[in-house]
Amino acid sequence: MILVLVETQADGVELLSAEALTFARGIAASGDGDVQALVVGPHPAVTLEGLAAHGVSAVHHADDDRLAAYSAAAWAAAAVDAAKATGATTLLAAASPRGNEVLAHVAARLDLSMAANAVTADAGTAGTLVVRRQVMGGAALEEVHLSGAAGAPALVTMAGHAVDPAPAAAPSSPSVSTFAPALTDADLVARVVRSEPVVNESGALTTSRVVVGAGRGVGGADQFGDLLELTELLGGALGVSRVVTSLGWRPHHEQVGQTGSRVSPDLYLACGISGAIQHWAGMSSAKTIIAINTDDEAPMVTKAHYAVIGDLHEIVPAVNAEIRKRKG
Amino acid sequence: MNTLVCIKRVPAASSAVTLTDDAMGVDTRHVGYTTSPHEECAVEAAVQLVETHGGTAAVLTVGPEDALEQLRDALAMGVKSAVHVVADSDAFGPADVARAVADVVGARAGSDDAVDLVLLGNDAADTGDFQVGIRLAYRLGWPVVTGVRSFSVEGGRVAALGDGPDGVEHFDVPLPAVLTVKEGGITPRYPSLPGRIKAKKAPVENVTPGFEPAGSGRVRLHLPPEQPSQVQILGEGADAAPALVDVLEQIGVVGR
Ligand SMILES: Cc1cc2nc3c(=O)[nH]c(=O)nc-3n(C[C@H](O)[C@H](O)[C@H](O)COP(=O)(O)OP(=O)(O)OC[C@H]3O[C@@H](n4cnc5c(N)ncnc54)[C@H](O)[C@@H]3O)c2cc1C
Ligand SMILES: Nc1ncnc2c1ncn2[C@@H]1O[C@H](COP(=O)(O)O)[C@@H](O)[C@H]1O
Repeated sequence: MILVLVETQADGVELLSAEALTFARGIAASGDGDVQALVVGPHPAVTLEGLAAHGVSAVHHADDDRLAAYSAAAWAAAAVDAAKATGATTLLAAASPRGNEVLAHVAARLDLSMAANAVTADAGTAGTLVVRRQVMGGAALEEVHLSGAAGAPALVTMAGHAVDPAPAAAPSSPSVSTFAPALTDADLVARVVRSEPVVNESGALTTSRVVVGAGRGVGGADQFGDLLELTELLGGALGVSRVVTSLGWRPHHEQVGQTGSRVSPDLYLACGISGAIQHWAGMSSAKTIIAINTDDEAPMVTKAHYAVIGDLHEIVPAVNAEIRKRKG
Repeated sequence: MNTLVCIKRVPAASSAVTLTDDAMGVDTRHVGYTTSPHEECAVEAAVQLVETHGGTAAVLTVGPEDALEQLRDALAMGVKSAVHVVADSDAFGPADVARAVADVVGARAGSDDAVDLVLLGNDAADTGDFQVGIRLAYRLGWPVVTGVRSFSVEGGRVAALGDGPDGVEHFDVPLPAVLTVKEGGITPRYPSLPGRIKAKKAPVENVTPGFEPAGSGRVRLHLPPEQPSQVQILGEGADAAPALVDVLEQIGVVGR
């Protein structure tokens, strides 16, 4: 059985967790039983609807006042209890900051291996789980074979956007059980003591349908005017390469890539970005990629769906004018 | 206040990689090496802690002889000494690295060099296991905060902040502690020339790991399926603007 650690937000199951539930059904179909969900702490009622749409057979809800403020160790304690009680053979989470963190705590507690950033996972022979996971920012995939048994589950986090989230063919009416995990004081030492809800500066970037990307080709901190105008005309967000943040042209929270944000917009419009693997790692799952670049052999150009060759400072103003003209 | 920073020597490939013949590693004959930007921020933080609070900052790596290059880079930024656990890092899984670091911390306990704070990167740039810091914390019995963008130390406690799903999250943990650092809030300095000269003479303690590594569990590496280039060149220069806007309309990101 695959137990999925589900993260929730005000409107229910988080996107990456919805992807993980979809991914889990794929593992289940390859021979590892059914999918059940673990939800930790207070969560909105709509979560249950979302979990039913994903066809989970049971929901396990860890409930304790001390879980109201996030603590990875406490979440891990809950996950260990749930995995043991259910006899889960795989414990899966999204490779989100929380998913990776909680599963690494579980791995340390149970002294088990963990595979982060999986893109595929299939039941192998003799109770093994065959996992391919992204390494080097996705430039290579590492194959690992995890053994999963009741009490010692295979621990896997799923790379963001490795699958499209989709509801199950048939929704379920899952059983819901609430349990109080065994928590110690040590589990609560590193917990969130305060959070500032409005200041997640990369929030707009990671959820935007359109991201206008800007790289070294822009040429300077004072050269972003046309790109910001284009971003506004498209109702999108600006994302930049690491060179741009390292040079101090734009703030780090706009950085896309392996050590920045991962985005998955409908359109990524890469202007003056070469397309290094560490940048590609952050935007490769965009539905449409358009490159504007002087170099027709830049990886960003050859890997894009569409490209315009030339100086972005000539092309972008012309594009802005064309959009304004058509909008009337 | 003594800080130990853990860094890893990793290949710095910028375009597609190739694999070794046995597919167990990345072919590094034509690429240089570097450390993760996250770890460079951790090194910077360690240097700043000494500037503010005194004490020492040491840098540690588990890696081959050549990893001395990355240790020297950190020393050039102002770290005073280095610990080199000489080993084939590919043979070390994240649990092994955590054990090797814990052994070094354990050996220093109770001495003048006792470690109060271990800083690591949030995830290594090559294997990206997201685990070493957490496994280390469990070995030491210390609290751990991951994904730290910036932090300060006062009165034996660390106040740290990072990005949570709903905004900026603050943590407050007692020392000794483990923090894993993410690029973004700390700007690493460029090593100065005198810094580089000092780094050449700084002490590097070589350590042989005292155990057989369990390994990473790697069966082999694969290259992601190669996508043949499907790019449609819409044109050159400003004249291509209408064709580009046609595409924007087609995919529905700009309305008439
Ligand atoms: C461990 C590690 C992690 C990293 N993490 C990240 C990360 O998170 N994000 C990231 O972005 N990078 C990351 N990098 C850095 C990455 O390897 C590249 O160095 C970086 O992405 C390059 O940025 P760039 O494309 O803006 O610059 P360049 O590679 O210099 O490319 C500039 C491009 O602009 C084009 N150009 C120049 N002038 C014009 C013009 N006038 N009009 C149009 N095009 C023009 C050029 O042809 C070129 O293709 C990381 C590196 C390492 C080692
Ligand atoms: N071989 C190593 N030597 C020293 N530090 C390491 C090593 N491997 C990983 N680390 C540290 O642990 C962090 C997380 O690595 P990982 O858990 O492998 O993603 C890295 O950013 C480094 O700070």
